[in-house]
Amino acid sequence: MITLENIQRIFLVGDQKVHALRDINLHINAGEYLSIMGPSGSGKSTLLNLLGLLDRPDAGRYRLDGQDVTTLSDKQQARLRRERIGFVFQFFHLVPRLTAAQNIELPMMLAGLPVDERQLRVRQALEDMGITDRADHRPDQLSGGQRQRVAIARATVMQPGLLLADEPTGNLDRASGKDVVDILETLQRHGITLIVVTHDPELGERAQRHLHMVDGAIITDTAKP
Amino acid sequence: MKTIDIARYSLGSLNGARSRTALMLLAMSIGVASVLVLTSLGEAARRYVSGEFASLGTNLVIVLPGRTETAGGEPSMLIGDTPRALTLGDAQALLRSSLIRHVAPLNIGSAPVSYGGLERDIPIWGSTAELLEIRHWKMGLGRFLPKTEWDRASPVCVLGQKVRKELFGNQPVLGEWVRIGDRRFRVIGILESAGESLGVAVEDMVIVPVASIQRLFNTSSLFRILVEARSREAIPRVIEHITHTIRERHQGEEDITVITQDAVLATFDNILQALTLTVAGIAAISLGVAGILIMNVMLVAVAQRTTEIGLLKALGAPEQQIVNLFLAEAALLSLLGAGLGLVIGQVGNGLIGYFYPDLPMGTPLWAFAAAIGVALGTGLLFSLLPARRAARLDPVQALARR
Repeated sequence: MITLENIQRIFLVGDQKVHALRDINLHINAGEYLSIMGPSGSGKSTLLNLLGLLDRPDAGRYRLDGQDVTTLSDKQQARLRRERIGFVFQFFHLVPRLTAAQNIELPMMLAGLPVDERQLRVRQALEDMGITDRADHRPDQLSGGQRQRVAIARATVMQPGLLLADEPTGNLDRASGKDVVDILETLQRHGITLIVVTHDPELGERAQRHLHMVDGAIITDTAKP
Repeated sequence: MKTIDIARYSLGSLNGARSRTALMLLAMSIGVASVLVLTSLGEAARRYVSGEFASLGTNLVIVLPGRTETAGGEPSMLIGDTPRALTLGDAQALLRSSLIRHVAPLNIGSAPVSYGGLERDIPIWGSTAELLEIRHWKMGLGRFLPKTEWDRASPVCVLGQKVRKELFGNQPVLGEWVRIGDRRFRVIGILESAGESLGVAVEDMVIVPVASIQRLFNTSSLFRILVEARSREAIPRVIEHITHTIRERHQGEEDITVITQDAVLATFDNILQALTLTVAGIAAISLGVAGILIMNVMLVAVAQRTTEIGLLKALGAPEQQIVNLFLAEAALLSLLGAGLGLVIGQVGNGLIGYFYPDLPMGTPLWAFAAAIGVALGTGLLFSLLPARRAARLDPVQALARR
């Protein structure tokens, strides 16, 4: 599903070049459950952003479903993000003035789906996440676990093939963190490709495949040959 | 993304930052209101002047004997070149055109007017019944000159208010006989006081039939002929008709001068229109200032909503869509501000109209359109930069913050 060839990403910090990603080669199959671990500044978030098309590599090639996406225009990349990729963030990033239901509706609104279809899917997503009774609450009226569930519903409502989670439990207490992980793993069992970036070894170990990054390079990959 | 969704989303974000929205609406509406009020004032001035001219008579064409023109040649050629006089016959000949509604011959002189022991020199106007309608005068008492043959010298007269007061005091006046020069005239009416209209003191005059004044001053010529055209558009053809008719009657000599009040009116009109536009332009500056305020506040909004913009990008909004969202927000603000401004402006106009009832306040339609257009234009123009900035935000940076 995903193939990275010789990916480089270099940031300029002051007048110093920082290699955030050095020569990354990676192949990920559809439906895999993968965790990326490593210390701060090891490049794991950069890799995730790159996979999510929020960032462009300085060199190398990124193929998503066989299509070279590094050279696509902004509009084409936006379309891929809309239809194929879902994001879950550490800080949830819900729009504070919108209700839970409206936040979930957002990607479908951007995609221009018809209203009745949107409502149908929102209702289904709320039900799947077990937060139907919180539909009309705004984010500041929800607990952390509930917010992250709204965020997951929003990330998956367009039925993407790839779900990218950046420290999804980093801002949650243990119990709700476990709930969120359960939800993500259920989604993965139903066929979505799940990539989780985390500091937390316990969460990282749950994945079927672990990547360990240090200084912008993958040093261990537990992929079965 | 559907238009209705864009509108709803923008409304939501406007509603989400109420004090910001209120400030921008205020700025926008003050700009629009000032454009409206100032244009209305300019327009009122224009209408006021037009109204003054209309009180002299509408579509008026004035025929004077003699021709004024600058021509070369020996001075001796001018000597002895006395203009042929205009006569009652000339005036009557003009009546034959269907483009002409009224014709009033006019002679003016000054003669002593006396009643009882009182006597005073007073301007005497000699004309016909049509004068009343051409000059838009009103009768205070009795009636105006009778509609008779023009050459019939009836011994009747109509007095202005001041003349009546000076000669008669509070005594009854209708049916009394006054002496003008060496003749006696019966008073049949009093003009209503109309103040002074462009140099003619309506109060201080006596009007007699044109044939009577010609006998009084022993002349057969006319001072001028007043002609009222049927419409403003007909005036050029009326002028042509007059010069043609008089030339035929004067053996091919074009020895009259025709002037129209329209020419004067048009000049005033142009000046005042320019004035209105200038004033509106000054008011438009306040709209420009409102635009800059909008830009400023929009930039702050972009900074405040960095995360939201980053999120929209992550959810699959292309740059253009983000530009559109911000422009839609600005357009909504401008339209709401313009609407509010229209209300404030109209209330302001109403107040001015209430306190200065003499001013014919009224906003020309183009001013409404211009105010809304300029508001929308500045709103969009000054939001372009913030919207672009929002669209170019790096989503990684935007989402890295909490």
